[in-house]
Amino acid sequence: MRWRWTAAAVAAALLLAAVAAAQPPNGVIRPSNESSLHPLELGAQLFAGNCASCHGSGGRGVTGPAQRAAGGTRGQGPPLTGAGAMAADFYLRTGYMPLGNPKNQPEPDRKLWNPREIHALTAYVASLGHGEPIPHPDPAAGSVGEGQQLFTEHCAGCHQVAGQGGVVTGARVPPIEHVAPVEIAEAVRTGPFLMPAFSKQQITDRELNSIIAYVRSLGAHDQGGWGIGRVGPIPEGMVTWFIAAIALVALCVLLGERLKRT
Amino acid sequence: MLRRAVRTLDERTGSAPFLHKALRYVFPDHWSFLLGEVALYAFIVLVATGVYLTLYFEPSLGKTVYHGTYGPLRGMQMSEAYKSVVDISYDVKAGLLIRQTHHWAADVFVAAIVLHLLRIFFTGAFRKPRDLTYLIGLMMLGLSLPEGYAGYSMVDDLLSGMGLAIGYSVALSIPVVGANVGQLIWGAPYPGAHSFESRLYIAHVFIFPILIGTLLAVHLALVASRHHTQFRRRKADGQRRVIGVPAFPGQAPKSLGLMVGTAALLFLLGGLVQINPIWLWGPYETGLSTNGAQPDWYLGWLIGAMRLVPGFDVTIGRYTLVPNPLWGGLLFPTLVFAVIGLWPFAERRLTRDRRVHNVLDRPRDAPWRTALGAGFLTFVLLVFFAGSADRAYVSYNVDYSTQIWIYRALLITAPVAVTWLTRRICLGLQRSDEIDEEREAAEREARQAAQAPA
Ligand code: HEC
Ligand code: HEC
Repeated sequence: MRWRWTAAAVAAALLLAAVAAAQPPNGVIRPSNESSLHPLELGAQLFAGNCASCHGSGGRGVTGPAQRAAGGTRGQGPPLTGAGAMAADFYLRTGYMPLGNPKNQPEPDRKLWNPREIHALTAYVASLGHGEPIPHPDPAAGSVGEGQQLFTEHCAGCHQVAGQGGVVTGARVPPIEHVAPVEIAEAVRTGPFLMPAFSKQQITDRELNSIIAYVRSLGAHDQGGWGIGRVGPIPEGMVTWFIAAIALVALCVLLGERLKRT
Repeated sequence: MLRRAVRTLDERTGSAPFLHKALRYVFPDHWSFLLGEVALYAFIVLVATGVYLTLYFEPSLGKTVYHGTYGPLRGMQMSEAYKSVVDISYDVKAGLLIRQTHHWAADVFVAAIVLHLLRIFFTGAFRKPRDLTYLIGLMMLGLSLPEGYAGYSMVDDLLSGMGLAIGYSVALSIPVVGANVGQLIWGAPYPGAHSFESRLYIAHVFIFPILIGTLLAVHLALVASRHHTQFRRRKADGQRRVIGVPAFPGQAPKSLGLMVGTAALLFLLGGLVQINPIWLWGPYETGLSTNGAQPDWYLGWLIGAMRLVPGFDVTIGRYTLVPNPLWGGLLFPTLVFAVIGLWPFAERRLTRDRRVHNVLDRPRDAPWRTALGAGFLTFVLLVFFAGSADRAYVSYNVDYSTQIWIYRALLITAPVAVTWLTRRICLGLQRSDEIDEEREAAEREARQAAQAPA
């Protein structure tokens, strides 16, 4: 009988976990008359509701004790007076902001905002000070070859040479193969989380075009057939065992058992 | 026709008795006996494709500039070695097919040896008089690891370079003689002297293949002279007589089919599935690195071991006695090979069974061996999987250091649990065999009773 209770407890725990996972990581507060507001007004309201708890009212930063943010999150964040449209656009289009816990690495792929809201918030953050505008990279003007060299030199140590991501102490480095050109340019100049920001002395705009051209070309050079993720030996080992070894064992069984009958 | 061929040969070499014996050699007819053959055929494909590659590979670290077909690398400085492999991949006729087939064959070769070893182990086929055959097989497995490593390393792409850096740190970590070993192999501090490349090359295309080939010949000769083992049968006691099919005409078509099938699969992989796209990795320069560089799978367990060993050095004062890489990179694999190699002798001691065994155990017949084997396998597999924890983090977002701690905990508990469970399962299966036998005996008796005149 005991195992039934155990099973029931496990099932209940799983159910709770599923419910918890189904909740959005944190709620977003929206003004009810959103569509009738002027973009800057909308930006200010969204900011006050969702960002000010960490970044302070007017984006002046929070240094004192942690405050409570929308959706129950607590935290502190850097001042945004110098952040500018570039950083705002980047942190919002990636879904990094609003952050759940200020100690954590921002999570990508939580697309909480619609384009109009991103636009409004970006304009609002840009109005707070003199930051960088959104860049306009032109990968077509870059060279893939130069991009490969620069990428290997500056980025591969964290992002893997074919942009497939990896792990560094303290952070998960995202794969960037499918990231849009603007977002790559913004990331390189902003330097989110543990990633360093690269100045125009370190990587010129022309070189940045090449890097983006290289990243965007990654899927185009699978000369050898099915690319299996372009991370090298791990998927290769999986093909060895899960495809080749299984096929060969099946062949052995087939031949061995067939022969028995004849 | 065969008869005529044999006669022709015999008239010139007097080999009829030998051929006669060879053709009538009896093969057991269980499928698991074919796994070793798969390894053999993968080896043949390796040698054949390898010979083709040597025609174009340039074992030199001399600098050159690339002007070949692959656009992104054009105008880049690189070593002759790396350039020649890009050329093989892009410009040599069938070069990429042969190169990829070679690499897949290497991965599959080692996998087939491992499967073969598992069959041998769990059926007790390693016992006297085949313990020598077993050790030779294990030596081939041991040699194929550095053989693969040398092949992977001599291409001089980004991953080779990083793999060599790890190899160098492991070499240096050997107590007392580490620096000398490093000097001996690399010829100079990392990245090594120019002659290092030709050393790798000679090792990869000559020394290791010759060693493996020789051991293979001895292995096969021993298998033939001791004959195959076989599973127990109802009627035959089998310690003496071998039951199965003759080499010709029974086994030959089967083996031929397996050879063609293995080669076909390897070439299919070589043609369809990309392996080690070195043009994407780019040439190696000291100081360059890529995240998550990995060795081929058969060395992946060493990476896993290096990650799982907590970061400590054994030091006396300011002198480091045992630097960290030694544990995972050298002591752990040595230990694994030692356990596998010494097992037959340990088992003989412990069971006091020194007899000759020509009949195989089913795994359930030897519960302790099967259980300990399964536990040990679990241990090695866990270490192996830990080697890919970083990829698991990227793909499934399970925190990296959490994973490492889970692996460490599992390493202590899981092998014990698996050993215990496997033994229980074996005993359970034995028991159900007994019940079956009892039932059959009872039914037989009942039938006899019914037939007997009342
Ligand atoms: C020190 C390691 C490191 C280096 C070097 C580095 N990055 Fe990053 N990068 C990261 C991390 C960590 C993140 C994730 C940031 C986060 O989660 O907030 C990231 C994020 C990014 C993103 C955003 C991904 C997304 O989801 O939109 C892009 C694009 C990017 N990096 C490109 C680059 C390029 C191009 C270079 C080289 C010029 C580079 N990075 C160098 C660590 C690094
Ligand atoms: C839980 C606290 C928290 C909340 C809520 C939050 N942020 Fe942030 N924000 C942070 C932290 C911490 C960083 C620094 C992250 C990093 O270095 O990657 C940051 C960084 C940023 C940056 C980049 C700053 C720079 O100079 O590079 C921008 C822009 C930003 N946040 C905008 C916003 C916006 C807009 C919102 C509301 C939608 C928001 N944040 C909500 C904590 C928060």
